[in-house]
Amino acid sequence: MTRPAFRAARLTLPLVAFIGVTFVVPLATMLVRSVYDPVVADALPDTLAALRDWDGRSDPGEAAYAAAARELLRAREERTIGRVASRINRVRGGLRSVVVRSGRRLQDFSGGPWRAVLLEIDGRWGDAATWQAVRTAGDRLTARHYLNAVDLQRLPDGSIARQPPERRIYVALLWRTLVVSLGITALCLLLGYPVAYLIAHAPPRRAGLLLGLVLLPFWTSLLVRTTSWIVLLQTQGVVNDVLVTLGLLADDGRIALIYNMTGTVVAMTHVLLPFMVLPVYSIMRAIPPQQMNAAASLGAGFPRAFLRVYWPQTLSGVGAGSLLVFILAIGYYITPALVGGQSGQLISNFIAYHMQTSLNWGLAGALGGILLACVAVLYLAYDRVVGLDRMRLG
Amino acid sequence: MPESNTAVEAPPTPAAEAPRGQTPNDPEYVAFDRVSKSYDGRTLVVRNLDLRIARGEFLTLLGPSGSGKTTCLMMLAGFEAPTSGVIRIAGRSVHHLPPRRRGIGMVFQNYALFPHMTVGDNLAFPLEVRGIAPDDRRARVRRALELVRLEGLEQRRPGQLSGGQQQRVAIARALVFEPDLVLMDEPLGALDRRLREELQYEIRCIHRDLGVTMVYVTHDQHEAMVMSDRVAVFRAGVVEQIASPEALYEEPDCSFVARFIGENNRLPGRVTRVRGDICDVDVGGRPVQALRVVACGTGDPVLLSIRPERISIAPEPGLYTNEFEATVDDVTFLGDHLRIRVTVCGQPDFIVKIPNVVGHGAVLEGDRIRIGWTSTDSRVLDADGGEGAA
Repeated sequence: MTRPAFRAARLTLPLVAFIGVTFVVPLATMLVRSVYDPVVADALPDTLAALRDWDGRSDPGEAAYAAAARELLRAREERTIGRVASRINRVRGGLRSVVVRSGRRLQDFSGGPWRAVLLEIDGRWGDAATWQAVRTAGDRLTARHYLNAVDLQRLPDGSIARQPPERRIYVALLWRTLVVSLGITALCLLLGYPVAYLIAHAPPRRAGLLLGLVLLPFWTSLLVRTTSWIVLLQTQGVVNDVLVTLGLLADDGRIALIYNMTGTVVAMTHVLLPFMVLPVYSIMRAIPPQQMNAAASLGAGFPRAFLRVYWPQTLSGVGAGSLLVFILAIGYYITPALVGGQSGQLISNFIAYHMQTSLNWGLAGALGGILLACVAVLYLAYDRVVGLDRMRLG
Repeated sequence: MPESNTAVEAPPTPAAEAPRGQTPNDPEYVAFDRVSKSYDGRTLVVRNLDLRIARGEFLTLLGPSGSGKTTCLMMLAGFEAPTSGVIRIAGRSVHHLPPRRRGIGMVFQNYALFPHMTVGDNLAFPLEVRGIAPDDRRARVRRALELVRLEGLEQRRPGQLSGGQQQRVAIARALVFEPDLVLMDEPLGALDRRLREELQYEIRCIHRDLGVTMVYVTHDQHEAMVMSDRVAVFRAGVVEQIASPEALYEEPDCSFVARFIGENNRLPGRVTRVRGDICDVDVGGRPVQALRVVACGTGDPVLLSIRPERISIAPEPGLYTNEFEATVDDVTFLGDHLRIRVTVCGQPDFIVKIPNVVGHGAVLEGDRIRIGWTSTDSRVLDADGGEGAA
């Protein structure tokens, strides 16, 4: 780099630092959390050491009981037992209460034999499965969250199997997110392409006005826009009222347009439409108007001229717009959260749930990692097929 | 476009008369009948144009930018509709025909090749539209490429070709479906001079070989002279003169054409006497005998137009009717000829061109020389020189 160029590059350092702190570090942290969890390993080191050579079926032996009793007691004193319990509980449901109660009751006992003490507190300490769960939860590096995120689990014998049917939700959710995002992308293209065509071929003044209308959503608060959709689409809302007034719907047959997948699709299409219109419009502007005249002079009617001459030349804009809308859609959170109801939730809403409510950050990180991988695969596929250098965003 | 224009005729009606036939020498193959065009409903870009183009002719529409020549071409191609008047091709009004049904080959200013298709596909496009079988298509594409000397470039994309090659492809594409009429809108404007001259020659050869009717738009008079059978000189929406290149140069019948085509000297004066074809014009107090080209009477202000190469230096006394003393202001050596700037009849910047032959060294700056020209070489034209000529 030449000296002046280097100086200019230094001006971007604040931005680089900002992105590092607000984007790269949190992202990396979440991805690390999805495969690395030291809580149990740090809290129960001696117990895990005692279980290292255990065969997984027989009784783990007094040494393990003694270590567990000592360390559970300490974890209670250090107020980390709740986190330890929840992690063990994630491996095997129902163990949270066992761990928490053991920590509390152990205070009442002054000495061993600890096997008898723990079995007296809770008989499940006699199950090999309980100790397997403790040992599994004690792995610092784990693929557990990723397995969970694709509805798989590791059985005690180390093999991988599907989750029981009632716990299989994430694959279906991921599919739903991908399919819905694809649908929204298609809708945006269908609605946005003619608009872009209109703007690109309008006289300058009118084009500016139309472009302003397309950008209007960017100037209004997302919350206001989404709330407007609620006003329009709710059961007692404007759309239903109009349909009832026109006699197209019976008053008791009002349709649910919001708080379900319909609401999510409608509102997200609206929010993401500009991201389709802008790149497509920009590519259309670069097509000389003579192209269509040339096609006409060669004998082609509008449909053929459009399909053979115009449309292929807009493909790079269509690709860029679709990629943009799709990537934004699969990670979209606010709109589905506000208008999606139960059935309109997408994968990001579950990521948020695990971040904020269940506090299973490992799983949230794994779901986010899978989402990131989907986007990366798409991006690479686009590069292969169309070429990223041909992508024009505006 | 509102029809409420007071300056224009009623909307065109399809030609009622029977087709004029398609004899090989149809002198009215293309006809503009009192055609006017206005984009904004007020100003006319083309005014009451009457134009006849013979079958097989190469006609150039020449004029400065904004003179209406491209609009005429666009109306003929069907991309613009006349505000009034009728355009006929082979005797039939084309008013109701969209561009794709006119069967006209068109070469656009910036080539308008389809960048996402190969050269072969570009050329095959009009054939595919016409439902021609793939085998036949390939043969015709090959022939069209041979015509413009680009054999074997079918698989290239337009972006991989030079400007000259792209223009050849554009020409081939306009010819590949064998139209009877080919329009070209300043096709060589973007090319450098050498390439332009090469292509001018080639377009002329193609025209001669194929016998198609060509209408060519340019603002370059040299290009018009090289290629055309006839040239129509446009100015402000009106054809000032339409004639062969020779006639335009030798016999301009208005001062705009005289000024636009080639170099000429213009002497403003006033008619003092009219004797049939010849009249006497007073130029700065000196009488000049000149050919009366425009209608004019005694006392009218006129402009004399004299080509610089028709003026002789130091002629034998009595050889020319017009002989004057002149002061040499400047001598420029230009290889094959000398360009002498003199002051004559009180008018400066009068140009005399003499061929570079033995003895020219006699003329020096500051000399007083005698110059002369015949009365038929000075043409009496309208006094209006016209603004905006190139």
